[in-house]
Amino acid sequence: MSREWPLWEVFVRAKNGLSHKHAGSVHAVDARMAVEAARDTYTRRMEGVSLWVVPSAVIVASDPGESDALFAPAADKVYRHPTFYNIPENIKNI
Amino acid sequence: MYTTELKDKNGKAAAAPAIAEDPAKLAAFEARVAADDFIEPKDWMPEAYRKTLVRQMSQHAHSEIVGMLPEGNWITRAPSLRRKAVLLAKVQDEGGHGLYLYAAAETLGTSRDEMFAALHSGRAKYSTIFNYPTLTWADIGAIGWLVDGAAIMNQVPLQRTSYGPYARAMVRICKEESFHQRQGYEIMMVLAAGSPAQKRMAQDALNRWWWPSLMMFGPPDDNSPNSAQSMRWRIKRDTNDQLRQKFVDVTVPQADAIGLTVPDPSLRWNEERGAHDFGEIDWEEFYAVVRGEGPVAKERMAARVNAWEEGAWVREAALAHEAKRGARLAAE
Repeated sequence: MSREWPLWEVFVRAKNGLSHKHAGSVHAVDARMAVEAARDTYTRRMEGVSLWVVPSAVIVASDPGESDALFAPAADKVYRHPTFYNIPENIKNI
Repeated sequence: MYTTELKDKNGKAAAAPAIAEDPAKLAAFEARVAADDFIEPKDWMPEAYRKTLVRQMSQHAHSEIVGMLPEGNWITRAPSLRRKAVLLAKVQDEGGHGLYLYAAAETLGTSRDEMFAALHSGRAKYSTIFNYPTLTWADIGAIGWLVDGAAIMNQVPLQRTSYGPYARAMVRICKEESFHQRQGYEIMMVLAAGSPAQKRMAQDALNRWWWPSLMMFGPPDDNSPNSAQSMRWRIKRDTNDQLRQKFVDVTVPQADAIGLTVPDPSLRWNEERGAHDFGEIDWEEFYAVVRGEGPVAKERMAARVNAWEEGAWVREAALAHEAKRGARLAAE
């Protein structure tokens, strides 16, 4: 049996002005075939105007084990948000 | 509904084997799931959770793929160009649904080829419903109305299933599935309002598909020992019997509305329960179909395996073409 076709991650831009968003994945031997398979699989109902396909093997993801180290420090820095600051009611346009 | 594989070959329920897990990790996982948090591919998960999901998702995917066969059977004989275009679109959707689910299952570390091998060798199951034949055009109506209707009933709660990629695939599928049910009901509606022969054809299809559709929800709760764990882990959100009851309650008025009769003499509205009472399901038939004794089980698998084998040269040629192109690019 021949080897499995490589896996590609598919990103769809729903309409111009929006970012591409991850939709799923497809198997294809090359980029062209991946775009065509992604078109058939993820845009049968006008879901998109543009596709990105990326070989799944090249995606580097953060490790869930490190998620505290990476993301928790933001939780105690509420002063980064505008609602942290109390401004009197009578002050407008701020 | 898609976990009939949990039965052994005698059709009896087998409990999942216990695997020793790190208690602290397990407790953290259980707490996350209980709080309705989603689990993502790289997160720690108990081995039994992973296994149950691979089994359920691959089986769900197989059901979509095999589900193309009974309907594909009628594409060339659809009674009008409109019906043909609709049926083609529906069958293409089923293929797409299979692909979303295979892709989601692959995030758990299984491969597409492993899943196909399990299906083709008969190790993995698919929904029992697809082992019944589609004898007349009305069967295409009955499948859309009842089979897709039952699938929707099962899939809507799965949009909140605890495994993120599965839940996301279900959101996409549910969005698309609603047209499947409506086109099926429309076929039944037109036939039921047609000539006496057409109405008979619609009634005959309902007679043959009603009970197998109720069986799609799987064995009764008291014979579904893995349900409790799947519910706790939010892999399942409703029990088989709850979903079956809901399906009966919404479908009976739909049959009444077009003058068709649900083939169950025990069916009656129970005022006290606010639900329909219905007759006993023939579980012997269900387990026989699970064991592979469905009327067209062999035909379905033969068609599926044939499609895979006949396509082998295409898969190999595409790989060879890419290898050659890659080598040429490297030489330049």
